[in-house]
Amino acid sequence: MSIELRNISKKFGDFVAVDNINLHIETGELVALLGLSGSGKTTLLRIIAGLETPDTGEVLFHGEDASDVSVRERKVGFVFQHYALFRHMTVFENVAFGLRVVPRNARPAEAEIARRVHELLKLVQLDFLADRFPSQLSGGQRQRVALARTLAVEPKVLLLDEPFGALDAKVRQELRRWLRRLHDEIKITSVFVTHDQEEALELANRIVVMNQGRIEQIGSAEEVYHHPANAFVYNFLGNVNLFHGRIENGRVFLGDTAVELENTHAHAHPETGKAVLYVRPHLLEIVLRPNGKQTFPATVKSINPAGPQVKVELVAEWGDMVQVEISHERNQTLHLETGANVFLKPKEQKLFVYQI
Amino acid sequence: MNSKSQAEPKRPGTADPSWVRIALIATALVFLSLFLFIPVIAVFAEALQKGIGAYFAAIVDPEARAAIRLTLMTAAIAVPLNVTFGIAASWVIARFDFPGKQTLLTLIDIPFSVSPVIAGMLFVLLLGVRAPLGGWLANHGIRIIFAEPGIVLATIFVTFPLAARELIPIMQAVGSEEEEAAIVLGAGGWQMFFRVTLPNVKWGLLYGMVLCNARAMGEFGAVSVVSGHIRGHTNTMPLYVEILYNDYQFAAAFAVSSLLTLLAIATLVAKYYLERRVVPVKQEQEEPVVKVAA
Repeated sequence: MSIELRNISKKFGDFVAVDNINLHIETGELVALLGLSGSGKTTLLRIIAGLETPDTGEVLFHGEDASDVSVRERKVGFVFQHYALFRHMTVFENVAFGLRVVPRNARPAEAEIARRVHELLKLVQLDFLADRFPSQLSGGQRQRVALARTLAVEPKVLLLDEPFGALDAKVRQELRRWLRRLHDEIKITSVFVTHDQEEALELANRIVVMNQGRIEQIGSAEEVYHHPANAFVYNFLGNVNLFHGRIENGRVFLGDTAVELENTHAHAHPETGKAVLYVRPHLLEIVLRPNGKQTFPATVKSINPAGPQVKVELVAEWGDMVQVEISHERNQTLHLETGANVFLKPKEQKLFVYQI
Repeated sequence: MNSKSQAEPKRPGTADPSWVRIALIATALVFLSLFLFIPVIAVFAEALQKGIGAYFAAIVDPEARAAIRLTLMTAAIAVPLNVTFGIAASWVIARFDFPGKQTLLTLIDIPFSVSPVIAGMLFVLLLGVRAPLGGWLANHGIRIIFAEPGIVLATIFVTFPLAARELIPIMQAVGSEEEEAAIVLGAGGWQMFFRVTLPNVKWGLLYGMVLCNARAMGEFGAVSVVSGHIRGHTNTMPLYVEILYNDYQFAAAFAVSSLLTLLAIATLVAKYYLERRVVPVKQEQEEPVVKVAA
């Protein structure tokens, strides 16, 4: 079932949670709503589910206005951030809940309910825990029970609110892959909310980057990561170094030095203004000798060789802290030491210029 | 456990010296004996002073039976009403934000802050024969004050906050997510209430009922004002005890008192049991412990 949001706005008191949002989600898509806390992504998800009523705008399911359709008739599955399992029911009863509350004339027989519940528990690989209570499960198991419970009512749309937010890193990765496979299998239109850019990039067909109740960019992982619409998106999707400077007649100045840059992805900008140069840590190269105007001097502050890459922290000539990631091989050739004076060369950067 | 730590047990840094502990425990015990244990024993000793026969005679006396019946009836009306109101009020307060919420919370507490005697006076002023409303009712043959309805009304008033006060924090701790989950899964309002909301607060609710019952049966002040002390008609057990006592029928007075004391002890036992059931629910909410079961 496709979902369409038209001019959706929602205020809580004076706080604008969702600000005039338009969004179309195709049948079978897996879409991520990505943003910081308070960006309105959970509110938007709850509006789709019908748990929150928008102040203006409408939600369309399959092209039909769902404004007057109650939550229980919307056929949406909602997985809550803290699972919201019924704590006084066993895992079996939790999953069976949606089948037991069906009006009596349409309710499946007890044997049919049992069959469906065990089938779903097998799907989430938890059949052996059917008699446990939620408090006896680990976080990852609870999350999977919540998912099985939601799938029991055969929803047309699956909505997940920070599905892996409360889990530790290892379990999160596992569940993420598992959810991806599940979605490939059952092809249900799904929307999930996350503040974790890695999760969004790995899982979603399309990512909706949200900030302060508005959509900053909609696109595939590739698009939002490599072709960010604006500084916010670039900054949000991964670590980044910010260099504050200015632009004069097309020439970029950082501190007092004019820098000539290759591979600059600059957006349409005025020729003169305040400029912010964004460079990802792995796109900065450390060299020992200056190379014309493409390099600028910096001093090594600390070196952290733990992890797949060596993280080097430096101070640029004009005082900004700079993070650089280099390979272990490169680190060995350079013989870096704390206090060493080196030069930095951006391999690729984004330039965002603001009118003064 | 190594042998060294057993050989010289060290006082943990947070413990007080032993004489402080002994002194504190002794003070508590002396206090408890003076004000609780000895009086309770005294009640039963006095009640059985003239033998077991006199004890039962005092209890099966028609006036005593009337008092017991009235007390049970009052509790049977007050407790369900209190529970209904308590669930409704706590649900509204825990789930919704609305203007006047704080005022409502304060209003619920009024019966606690007002002296029961004043509560009784209030009903007499409002519904007594000389008040317009009471006069109108009396003309239509309905007596409230100095009759059973007045006693029930006064009891409802003084027990008003009990269930609500107990349920509000539990409802707030449990949160609304499970209810939302039930609705999204297709449950109707009543299905949600009976399958999710109620089971989550049931121990707290039972605890509130026990407290409410104890207060309803034991209330003296407010009931005394509206009762009129008509023997065999408008005397509840506490009022009847007072009358017997003033008549110098000490053994009978203590016999009826012993029934109320037994009720108090039963309440305490129920309270102890229920509190143990209520607390884990609250804790689980605050700290979702992740136990790896597989």
